[in-house]
Amino acid sequence: METFLDFISFKDPNVFYVVIGIFCICSSSALIGTFAYLRKRALIGDAIAHALLPGICLGFLVAGEKNIIYLFAGAFLTGWLSTFLVDFIVNRSKVKQDAAIGIVLSSFFALGIVLLTYIQNSGTTEQGGLNSFLFGQAAAINKSEVSLFAGILVIVVLIIIVFYRQFLIVSFNPDFAKSIGLKVKTIEFLLTSLTVLAIASGIQALGVVLMSALIITPAAAARFWTNNLLKMLLIAVGFSVLSGWVGTYISYVNFGMPTGPWVVLVLSIITLLSFVFSVNHGILARFLKARKNRRKILHENILKALYQLHEREGNTNELNRRFSPRELLSIRLFDTRNLQNGIQRLKKQSLLKQEGGLYFLTSQGAKESKRIVRLHRLWEQYLLKRTQIDAYHVHSGAEAIEHILSPEIEKELIRELGISGIPEEDF
Amino acid sequence: MVGDAISHAVLPGIVVAYFFSGDKTSGLLLFGATLTGVIASAIIDFLSRKAKIQGDASIGITYTLLFALGMIMIASGGGNNVDLDMNCVLYGDIATINLDKVIVDGNLYIGPYAFYVELVAFFIILIVLLVGFKGFKLISFNEDFAKSLGINTGIWHYLMMGLVALTTVVGFEVVGAVLVVGFLIIPPATAQLIVNQLKNMLIVAVAFGVGAVIIGFYVASWFNVSYTGGMILVAGINFFIVLFLSNFSKKLKLKA
Amino acid sequence: MKEQCSIEVHNLTTTYGNTPVLWDVDFELPSGQIIGIIGPNGSGKTTLLKTIMGLLSPASGYVKIFDKNIDQMRERIAYVPQRESVDWDFPASVFDVVKMGRYRSNNLFRRSTKTDLAIVEESIEKVGLSDFRNRQISQLSGGQQQRVFIARALAQKADIYLMDEPFVGVDAATENAILSLLQEMKKDGKTVLMIHHDLQTVSDYFDYLVLLNTRLIAKGTPQEVLTEENLSNAYGGQLTLLAKVANLIKENEFPIRERDVDL
Repeated sequence: METFLDFISFKDPNVFYVVIGIFCICSSSALIGTFAYLRKRALIGDAIAHALLPGICLGFLVAGEKNIIYLFAGAFLTGWLSTFLVDFIVNRSKVKQDAAIGIVLSSFFALGIVLLTYIQNSGTTEQGGLNSFLFGQAAAINKSEVSLFAGILVIVVLIIIVFYRQFLIVSFNPDFAKSIGLKVKTIEFLLTSLTVLAIASGIQALGVVLMSALIITPAAAARFWTNNLLKMLLIAVGFSVLSGWVGTYISYVNFGMPTGPWVVLVLSIITLLSFVFSVNHGILARFLKARKNRRKILHENILKALYQLHEREGNTNELNRRFSPRELLSIRLFDTRNLQNGIQRLKKQSLLKQEGGLYFLTSQGAKESKRIVRLHRLWEQYLLKRTQIDAYHVHSGAEAIEHILSPEIEKELIRELGISGIPEEDF
Repeated sequence: MVGDAISHAVLPGIVVAYFFSGDKTSGLLLFGATLTGVIASAIIDFLSRKAKIQGDASIGITYTLLFALGMIMIASGGGNNVDLDMNCVLYGDIATINLDKVIVDGNLYIGPYAFYVELVAFFIILIVLLVGFKGFKLISFNEDFAKSLGINTGIWHYLMMGLVALTTVVGFEVVGAVLVVGFLIIPPATAQLIVNQLKNMLIVAVAFGVGAVIIGFYVASWFNVSYTGGMILVAGINFFIVLFLSNFSKKLKLKA
Repeated sequence: MKEQCSIEVHNLTTTYGNTPVLWDVDFELPSGQIIGIIGPNGSGKTTLLKTIMGLLSPASGYVKIFDKNIDQMRERIAYVPQRESVDWDFPASVFDVVKMGRYRSNNLFRRSTKTDLAIVEESIEKVGLSDFRNRQISQLSGGQQQRVFIARALAQKADIYLMDEPFVGVDAATENAILSLLQEMKKDGKTVLMIHHDLQTVSDYFDYLVLLNTRLIAKGTPQEVLTEENLSNAYGGQLTLLAKVANLIKENEFPIRERDVDL
């Protein structure tokens, strides 16, 4: 607890820099990652991240020390070169994009490792800490780096605001963008450059191997929650920053623990939770929807069976007969427990009333019951008219469908078939 | 690219098996790694089919997650008798040549243990490839057609993934998790640029791979840098040279 | 002994995710004829072929080949996928691909026999590609690639051939070559079931037609099927209601079949 208070009260000024730095890194990579995700180029981020390593080493060799500007410039250069090479390979040979990414990624990373070992073996005292680029050490963020990361975030946000519409169209449909005269190449160039910038800013905190998670995962998690690009951008940033801070805190508390893995772990957990609980696409929502559908089908089938019960006895004018659940089973093979539960719920909706051990339809229930039978038979008629279907199959083809037909479709059916009331034929 | 995902993802499996067995030579390691490899491809499948996340994004999410888990395990268990450090994970052990040695008759040194593991793996892969050549060819070219012949493509698919996992696991100790991807992808891609027959592609790919290893080794030892890095770098440079040459010769043909 | 019915599709429903792509489709096809499947884009034609071949599993209904399950009949049925469904950069020659027509689940581990190789040569010759037998497949024209696929199916020596749009992206010479090949196959008593796009040519090419738009719209001889009413039902936007219902099913993730049965 005490360490937690220390952490959030910025007792150690370094913590302040780290927290702000992580905020900038996570925000810019989540923003640009959302576009990468929507452009279906998520794994390019992986190639870029690995390709930054040789750039960092080159920057170090040129500067002779860990000068952040040099390291960053080198990283930007090789990162950018890597995306160019991936496109070049795909355009100029039969090698497919995923293999091209693999080739570029491992070649650049190998160059990085070669340079890194060269630097280590050359015995410079300044090289300490270059290793942290491999796995990420957020604690190493200092004041001058924070201003660099903040600058990058400002650039990313500004460019996204200015080019929002262009980015949207190019991500959604590049061919359409071209057809309305947008300079797609330029816009893609801009997006790529921003991607390299964002990844380069995060490399120190996250490490090359895991940096691509910061590009891909927030966007994938945010996608569960919204269909609106603007909201998706904001949610991705929120998830990313939250995981960034939690990860940093854990590595702050446990000395020697790299930051990257924890950030990625928290991010993945958020994605998993999104998958389970998301309002529209989550499995929980889907489960509830499926249950709702099942109940609707059951209720309507009970009502339909009641109409058929009356029909069997030749009296459909007034649907007022008392019935027992057992009688319904002679019309349709309900699962008995489901039938009991369904009847109880229909009672609650005051479509049914109970009298002793027997039930009967309320006037509202009678109306509903007629509606369902009408829908079923209208659909049968429609199938017979418009498609080739045996009379033998038409009934089963209309089962299930009557429960989904909306009032609007009902009107159209009546208009198209010229039928009013309940069709007599039953198949 | 699934190879990439598997190679990163096997890390937690290796680490867990390592904690249990306590040495790097145990067969448990192979088992653990192969198991996580299979789990990884199942997660990727799940994410892209059930959660409807784009295919390549599912790959990215899965391998970063599993790699992160592996790193956390290494970092938290680092204190007790574990000399599985993270540099080894990234670029292997050849650089430091402290591989476990096999010694018979008390003092006769007949090479590092890893050499024999690699040798066995090589023969397993060679034999499976020779025997199953038709099957691999068929499902790689046209999976739907293979299914239409009544062939169980699922088994072949997992057999192939199993071989990838095996290669990754035995290569992992020597060359590291990231660079093993280079060995998997670069030589065949280079071969594909110049060869039209699957059989020849296999042979040429092996030649390119071995060539890169030998040249890379001498170059790396000359400059005193990482051996594996040098090898992949040579393979990569070789790829780009072949790419430029084949483009160049295509242009010449067009002009002629 | 000629079987009357080659393929029986019984009340077949195949869904993609939740949306029905084929919906209660039910027909029996004659044998020894050239049969066309027609219908607008997205009407489930490819899905139908894939479901018949067992590449997709139906949500309900079944398929019988000569009155047997597909898995017992694989020897007698050959499938020609859409040309674009494979990567033609794959390192293989014409001969290699056609040889795949001789592969079976039980001979993958054996060397090809002399008979196999003779059949392969013969099939390549039938489609007129003998001069190209060692050519890498990426160096072929679209029409030649299509002929490679047909040769591979011929090498299977089947009785029923399912072809997914063999005339797409094909030159006139190839189209004619394929047509005369089809007539030859018909003479030998083979059944061909083919997805076709060009309504202009259907009555010339086919003995029997299946008109599809998610549901079966019509089946029968070209004269029976190509009526104005059927065509406007399939192509003329008369089925908007059907599409709307399919959409409702998808949006609400509604089950397309019920669990209990109506007596």
